[in-house]
Amino acid sequence: MTKILVLIGGLAIIGFILWWFFGKHAVASVDATVTDHQQSVDIEVSGGYSPENVVLKQGVPAVLNFTRKDASSCLDHVVFSDFGINRALPQNQAETVQIDTSKPGEYEWACGMDMFHGKLIIK
Amino acid sequence: MTITKRFWISLIFSLPMLANMILMPFGWMLPGGDWTQLALTTVIMLVATGPFVQSAWSSFKKHHSNMDTLVAIGTATAYLYSIYAMATQQPVFFESAAFVTTFVLLGQVFEERMRNNASNAVEKLVNLQAKDAEVLRGNEFVKVPLAEVELNDVIRVKPGQKVPVDGVIVKGSSTLDESMVTGESMPVEKSVDDAVIGSTMNSTGTFLFKANKIGDQTMLSQIVDLVKKAQNSHAPIQKLTDKVSDIFVPVVLILAILTFLTWYVFLDASIARALIFAVSVVVIACPCALGLATPTALMVGTGRGAKMGILIKNGEVLEAVNDVKTVVFDKTGTITVGKPQVTDIVGDQQQVLQVAASLEESSEHPLAAAILARAKTATIAALPVDDFKAIEGKGVSATIDGQTGFVGNTKLLTTAKLSDELEQQAVKLQNEAKTVVVVGVADEIIGLIAIQDMPKPTSKAAIAALKSRGLKTVMLTGDNQRVAQAVADQVGIDDVIADVLPGDKAEQVQALQATGKVAFVGDGINDAPALTTADVGIAMGSGTDIAIDAGGIVLVKNDLRDVDRALALSKKTFNRIKLNLFWAFIYNVLGIPVAAGIFFAIGLTLSPELAGLAMAFSSLSVVTSSVLLNKAKITSKVQPA
Repeated sequence: MTKILVLIGGLAIIGFILWWFFGKHAVASVDATVTDHQQSVDIEVSGGYSPENVVLKQGVPAVLNFTRKDASSCLDHVVFSDFGINRALPQNQAETVQIDTSKPGEYEWACGMDMFHGKLIIK
Repeated sequence: MTITKRFWISLIFSLPMLANMILMPFGWMLPGGDWTQLALTTVIMLVATGPFVQSAWSSFKKHHSNMDTLVAIGTATAYLYSIYAMATQQPVFFESAAFVTTFVLLGQVFEERMRNNASNAVEKLVNLQAKDAEVLRGNEFVKVPLAEVELNDVIRVKPGQKVPVDGVIVKGSSTLDESMVTGESMPVEKSVDDAVIGSTMNSTGTFLFKANKIGDQTMLSQIVDLVKKAQNSHAPIQKLTDKVSDIFVPVVLILAILTFLTWYVFLDASIARALIFAVSVVVIACPCALGLATPTALMVGTGRGAKMGILIKNGEVLEAVNDVKTVVFDKTGTITVGKPQVTDIVGDQQQVLQVAASLEESSEHPLAAAILARAKTATIAALPVDDFKAIEGKGVSATIDGQTGFVGNTKLLTTAKLSDELEQQAVKLQNEAKTVVVVGVADEIIGLIAIQDMPKPTSKAAIAALKSRGLKTVMLTGDNQRVAQAVADQVGIDDVIADVLPGDKAEQVQALQATGKVAFVGDGINDAPALTTADVGIAMGSGTDIAIDAGGIVLVKNDLRDVDRALALSKKTFNRIKLNLFWAFIYNVLGIPVAAGIFFAIGLTLSPELAGLAMAFSSLSVVTSSVLLNKAKITSKVQPA
């Protein structure tokens, strides 16, 4: 009897994992705040990036402020492979990354191990 | 708290439990038994494992998972179950939670060091820069910080000092060591009008030069920029791991649950035993090694290339090089020097050269430059001439010493005729693809001068090296078939495609692509379309004029042998990526079934501690293998010239 309950419980957890990780879930997206000729977005790094999608305006100099709250070495670098940026993120310290917004498009950024991703949209 | 500190705490608190485990068979027990183990492990869980749990939880909330998820679930399961087991008087396994944490942290400590090691090539390049410069301000030289150097400043460089920025020498001469930027190991002589590169080392003389590139325009800055981009670029082979890492952790968790259910429900194992198998599965399956395999190798490979004067632009290029079957070369400036030179003088050397140089001094023909250069090296001074006339398509004539002198091709000859002997000589030289000019004074022919754009001294060895790699070599040129074939024969190239208009080079490359991937080697200035059309574009630079945007691979030195070295390095790096990925996958493919207890029947199992050690070792071995790329021998088949 216990075993059947355990089996049902185990299968239920598997179902939950499938739904939680592979189901469709809304992703936080944020437009940059623009203040005279400068736009910036604060990104918190903790078990991933929040927000994960950032929209920037083309042609306005932009900075992304990354603050790593997470002790994980998985997230200790942020890499923008399209811009050749690979920056160490000291824990609990805002790290400013300047983005060249001259070309519109979608750019990905990732952690140093390419496990966590974020998306940058310039338009 | 840093990873290193967390590791040390975790290790110190694990040691008593390790002693307990080893000495138990000899009758020694940890004083306090389970309670001591509980206390020790609780400290480790709070201090060392806590951050894993935090990170796992915050990414869980975002529907993400990572290696921390696995470590957190694995250790927490072992820890919590042991507390339950203690309460119900069953055997505990606190030490699993403690040891796994210690080993995972150990792996991370080493990995962090290795990663810093792998990425420091760029830092080393940046540190090459001089800190200040002696700039002419008013009438004296003042020392100013590098950032204050302006365009067109005149800068003095003394022996033993570094050249601060790029420029051209205006006074003095010296020998410079350019190895740090170009990879060229021999010192280079430089005098007035020669270009100097910022960050190179001046060895013997003092000279003044005018800055023509400063700040982020200098060659070193551009190289640094390119290497940075290359190191962080993606190789197409990575797409596979990107996909795998997205689903990896949830799949492993599901496998672990299935392992537990199978053992507990269907095979009647105890809860403890079934849990141990499940925890081992979770712990061994860390995808770190998979994620590190490509970026670390790319970083080391491109960084090493930069040191050799070979700039590989990104991972895509690196991967494409592996399938290259044909290497196509541009002739002028790539295989040859790019400047016509006097190769033979027939007749009285002194007299022929003097007459020719005197007449050609006012000419703007490219061949004139060759004659004047030869006269200069032979220290023959030009004589004054009158009535200079350039005869379109034929040559030049002028009055020299009261007589009419002429230099030109045979069409210029009206009254004078070539003797049979000279005629034979001319034909022989022409058959060697040399341009022959006739030199005469007062209707009499005094000699011949043969001029040719010579192959670089290193070209032959370079082509031979590529051929020994099994690659087909092709020369593409706008010159006529005879000249092209003669050069091809001298350097040993397989095929010649001559009479190609500059605009049609890209089309020719395209045609060759029908038989396999093509690499095109050109100077990067005129050959941009062909460089982009080819699967791998290799742009050769000379001095400060490297066209960084043109090719997938940029050779800083103007040495064709670097083509072979670039191919060797790319292949080596790409093979290392493949090797890394292979190991990373093997760890998981073999480790997960063993951890799940599939081989239990034959006595092969993996405890969570060993799983933790194996996992730490897998990331470590991948990063180490990448760092070793720095030491790996680049087997170039080039014979030293």
